[in-house]
Amino acid sequence: MNTTSLSMKSAPTTIAAPRHGGIWLPLAVAAALAAAGPVLTGYLGDMVVKVMILAIFALSLELLVGMTGLVSLGHAAYFGVGAYVTVIASGDGAGNLALLVALAMLASAGYALAVGVLSLRTRGVYFIMVTLAFAQMAYFIFHDTPVGGGSDGIYLYARPALGPLDMENRLTVFYVVLAALVFTYALLALIRRSRFGAALAGIRANEQRMRAAGFATFWYKLAAFVIAGALAGLAGFLVAARDGVVNPEMLSWHISGEVLLMVILGGIGHLRGAVLGAIVFTLLKELLSTHGVVGGLADHWQLTLGLSIIAFVALLPKGLIGLVQRSAKEAK
Amino acid sequence: MSTILQVEGLTRRFGGLTAVNTVSIDLRIGEVHAVIGTNGAGKSTLINMLSGEIASSEGRIRLSGADVTRQPQPRRALSGIGRSYQRTTIFPEFTVHENCRLAAQARNPRPWALWESARTCNASVQAADAALEATGLASVAARLAGTLSHGAKRQLEVAMCLATQPRVLLLDEPLAGMGAEETDRMLALLERLKPRHAILLVEHDMDAVFRIAERITVMVNGAVIASGSPDAIRNDPQVRSAYLGEEH
Repeated sequence: MNTTSLSMKSAPTTIAAPRHGGIWLPLAVAAALAAAGPVLTGYLGDMVVKVMILAIFALSLELLVGMTGLVSLGHAAYFGVGAYVTVIASGDGAGNLALLVALAMLASAGYALAVGVLSLRTRGVYFIMVTLAFAQMAYFIFHDTPVGGGSDGIYLYARPALGPLDMENRLTVFYVVLAALVFTYALLALIRRSRFGAALAGIRANEQRMRAAGFATFWYKLAAFVIAGALAGLAGFLVAARDGVVNPEMLSWHISGEVLLMVILGGIGHLRGAVLGAIVFTLLKELLSTHGVVGGLADHWQLTLGLSIIAFVALLPKGLIGLVQRSAKEAK
Repeated sequence: MSTILQVEGLTRRFGGLTAVNTVSIDLRIGEVHAVIGTNGAGKSTLINMLSGEIASSEGRIRLSGADVTRQPQPRRALSGIGRSYQRTTIFPEFTVHENCRLAAQARNPRPWALWESARTCNASVQAADAALEATGLASVAARLAGTLSHGAKRQLEVAMCLATQPRVLLLDEPLAGMGAEETDRMLALLERLKPRHAILLVEHDMDAVFRIAERITVMVNGAVIASGSPDAIRNDPQVRSAYLGEEH
């Protein structure tokens, strides 16, 4: 019998391993944000809202990459479709907030369903290429046809509202985005601990064995793909409702790459990692493109950002969350 | 004893190559039916067709009388055909118990019940406990599967198969790479499983095969050249020249 001691290894990443702080840390962060809402104004407030939206987007991709083992390089498509549907369905007045959220998520889920049915028959690098191809297709539909105003994009006439919730109001935007983030995080946390999540973990670890055990894995993967698409659509809705404008660049492969980088940077396989990745990536991008911080280098932020990401990935193979867990362990 | 799995004229062609050529075998509860043959004889292809992993070109597979030839693998697994793999296919990063619980979950899926924790699914937990008990792995249930010894991984491979509560077990070289002691333990396990399961055993260890099998089928180049009791196979001149060699 092999007696390699477990203490030699890092914390086991079992199906739903308990995390440091359990559900309390995310709850505390959400409560702190809720309390800080009124004082987070100006630039800082804008950044927090932006990061929260990108965290939702990154979390939606984490469901595929981390929880199911499906690396999609076309996730911006669902983000963009959600945003476009929000603007197009708003027409020339203030749309109903609840209706628009539902429409945006449904449209993204619908596109994910169509793409998923076709792409999930492939694996590995082929899956990456097929998801990328479908995202590029969506990109060019919005870029080169009049559906969404072509390459300039389209503007909202008025931001969505529902009774007292009016997205023209800065504070309302903040709380709607925070609520969406809490909803997304909670939904994915529930999925993780459920049988559905366990089956996804099994598919990630060894799909062949899952089929041999009796799981129709295709339908599990498709369900994950559609849920991830719907959540990306939610993030897209929030961007459209906040910025009041959408353009085809939202669907470009750069965005798909960036959200994938957030997940990798934060640490694949952890919901917190996706959130952390969204925070750090956005801050890095912001810092490295600010003249006041890095001087003339700010004009070459793509280069410095790229080098920083390479350094991060080389030094932290388990992502930022791996660093957090390591220091938590050493502190004990 | 009644036949549970009936295979008639099963054939699989890969382009011009006929990997399995009109093979007919029966599996019965209470019997170990061994399939032996040289490398490339088509044994693994046969198991892959029986488990539904690859489609058959011709022939028919009946499970308890029902035609399952066209059923996809997951459906067939739920109908009661379990299999183990020649190359160990466990979930190395999960615990031993989780490996079995996840396999058992196939019978109690409820994927929509997001409010229920996977860990508290009683039926799956019990099936996993029983499978670990039967295979003697209960004492290492909390270990990460990837840290087990080779022999224990092979046992886990069978335990995961048992956790899905199959009636037919298709075992692809369960003894591969095992030491004498581990082999004895595995054979004892198969003896215990025999009364309630129909077992198809593909194996290269001839001593083990002749110790445990009630019936042996010999394949050469995709076709069956002999099938019968161990004694009949041992004395079959065709088998002796084609496969067993002179020392047997």
